[in-house]
Amino acid sequence: MSGHVSPKSTYYAIFGALMVLTLVTVAVAFINLGSLNFPVAIGIALTKATLVILFFMHVKYSSRLTKMVVGMAFFFLVILLALTMTDYLSRGWFASPRGTAGAGTQVTISPPAPARQGAGETAPSTSPGH
Amino acid sequence: MTTLAAPSPVNYLNVKTTVASWLLTKDHKRIGLMYMIVVTFAFLFGAVFAALIRLELTTPGGDLVSSDTYNRLFTMHGVAMVFFVLIPAVPAILGNMILPLQLGAKDVAFPKINLLSWYIFVVGFLFTIYALVAGGVDTGWTFYPPYSTQGSPSHVAATGLGVFIAGFSSILTGLNFMVTIHRMRAPGLTWFRLPLFVWALYATSLVQILGTPVVAITVLMLFLERVAGLGIFNPALGGDPVLFQHLFWFYSHPAVYIMILPPMGAISEVIACFSRKQVFGYSFVAFSSLAIAVFGFLVWAHHLFVAGISPYSAMVFSFLTYAVAVPSAVKTFNWTATLYRGAIWWKAPMMWVLGFMGLFLVGGLTGLFTASLGVDVHIHDTYFVVAHFHYIMVGGAIMGYFAGLHYWWPKMTGRMYNDMLASLSALLVFVGFNLTFFPQFILGYLGMPRRYHMYPPEFQVLNVMSSAGAMVLGVGYSLTLIYLTYSFFKGAPAGANPWLATGLEWTTQSPPLPENFRETPVVTEGAYEYSKREIKVA
Repeated sequence: MSGHVSPKSTYYAIFGALMVLTLVTVAVAFINLGSLNFPVAIGIALTKATLVILFFMHVKYSSRLTKMVVGMAFFFLVILLALTMTDYLSRGWFASPRGTAGAGTQVTISPPAPARQGAGETAPSTSPGH
Repeated sequence: MTTLAAPSPVNYLNVKTTVASWLLTKDHKRIGLMYMIVVTFAFLFGAVFAALIRLELTTPGGDLVSSDTYNRLFTMHGVAMVFFVLIPAVPAILGNMILPLQLGAKDVAFPKINLLSWYIFVVGFLFTIYALVAGGVDTGWTFYPPYSTQGSPSHVAATGLGVFIAGFSSILTGLNFMVTIHRMRAPGLTWFRLPLFVWALYATSLVQILGTPVVAITVLMLFLERVAGLGIFNPALGGDPVLFQHLFWFYSHPAVYIMILPPMGAISEVIACFSRKQVFGYSFVAFSSLAIAVFGFLVWAHHLFVAGISPYSAMVFSFLTYAVAVPSAVKTFNWTATLYRGAIWWKAPMMWVLGFMGLFLVGGLTGLFTASLGVDVHIHDTYFVVAHFHYIMVGGAIMGYFAGLHYWWPKMTGRMYNDMLASLSALLVFVGFNLTFFPQFILGYLGMPRRYHMYPPEFQVLNVMSSAGAMVLGVGYSLTLIYLTYSFFKGAPAGANPWLATGLEWTTQSPPLPENFRETPVVTEGAYEYSKREIKVA
């Protein structure tokens, strides 16, 4: 356990920074930056998360082992995102004769079918919320 | 090793006997027993559904239950067995019971959080029981959208919430164990003197801490989409149903390693003890646990090969899946090498271990079939896959759990069980298991899909074999329940170390003192110094 005690002013400053960044997030949502929309939104979110982890969670003043554990959690998050993106980014590379969408194919979504009608089965209600 | 003074009449079981003393206990051993009671109940619960499924499948006609009821049966079987039996069985029962003893510690690092995790687990289980009583859930234990969010009329939300809540119990247990292993080791107990069960629990904790939050959030998103109509997985609202599968399996594949790694640790302990030998290649076995935990996070999309993912991505995941077989094979080869020229002692725990080795081998090797892109197209969602994962989860994890349970039972309860009945039970389970699930490999290869209650008449013989095997399996498990219950109350006193085993847990009395050790032990040698021990075969 770290015995470090931060002055209250640090917490107020971080809180202020988080509030300002939240306002920036909202403001940026109204401006179309084209391909930069996503990187900017993620950049702001990452900055906020980093501030929370370093100061509110005291990781900045923790042992190297704690820092390593936090870093490892991020490493696994990167695995989740990167390996999932191997699917999403490369789906369009291959035009399958069975109809997988090829590069540039416009996929249109038709409205959902009314209700499932299996042979001899009772049709379930489609209303959610049980 | 130290010689024990006369055992104290006070132990963790009899130190206080009121109900409140159990429900408010912070003793890791009592919490382990409390987990055992809930998990055994969940096991019986899941077993009843399994029995009904096998009874239905004895005839091709689907004449016992409706298809809707059948959907609920296999879903509730899966939910109960995966989330409330397999995931907590070894870490929460044997881990809680044995880990601090093996470390020479008085308790886990956070005893109150340990009790909290039991309560959270029970609340999660109660939600699931509520869902069952209210009519059950019919989506399959995987809760795939769009059916789970848009079509299913069953209690998806309550069950999902139950799984979400139980997940936090798993996270807290993992956190507790990891900190305990880092901070609570006895003097002299260096990392490479740790028993392999501890290494396995460490690797498991890694998966619990890093994976479980992902499935918790995923199930929460499913809940929000179903209840509040958010568009996360629904394509009509801009979502993607395959995204659910990615997120769900990011946890649920590593969850297989939560189920199998701790039993593997128990297997290492038992094999060393009943071969009276060092575990062959100790450090390889230790690091293979960590390798399995890490590689286990890189393979999830092999569950999605026919779900429409990119073929290039599928190639990557197929390759990585083959890679995860390597550390598993390291373990199997090393256990076999440990047996080689060992002084094998044919006691009940060893019988369960040998059953594990055979069944896990088949389960692991058939995993390679399913990892292969071309073959998987043919066997996906057939009984081949059902047989494969039962060989891993029941043949591997449950057999390993029983091996560990029989090994540490004298320590946990201070009493012996009937060794002949226990060996017979291991044999019955091994035979019954193979009779139940081997025909399912053939059925799947011949094309019988899973999750249907009707099938073409030519599949009946194999299905009847499978159902008959399930009965044998049921007899084997029931026998275990009977003789262990009898042993708990009437078994002969076990003494501190009935197996003449190494390890700190055997240096204290059975059942252990409330505070585990009279004085903190000091470790001066490796975990499996059997060569220095006298061999006494009873």
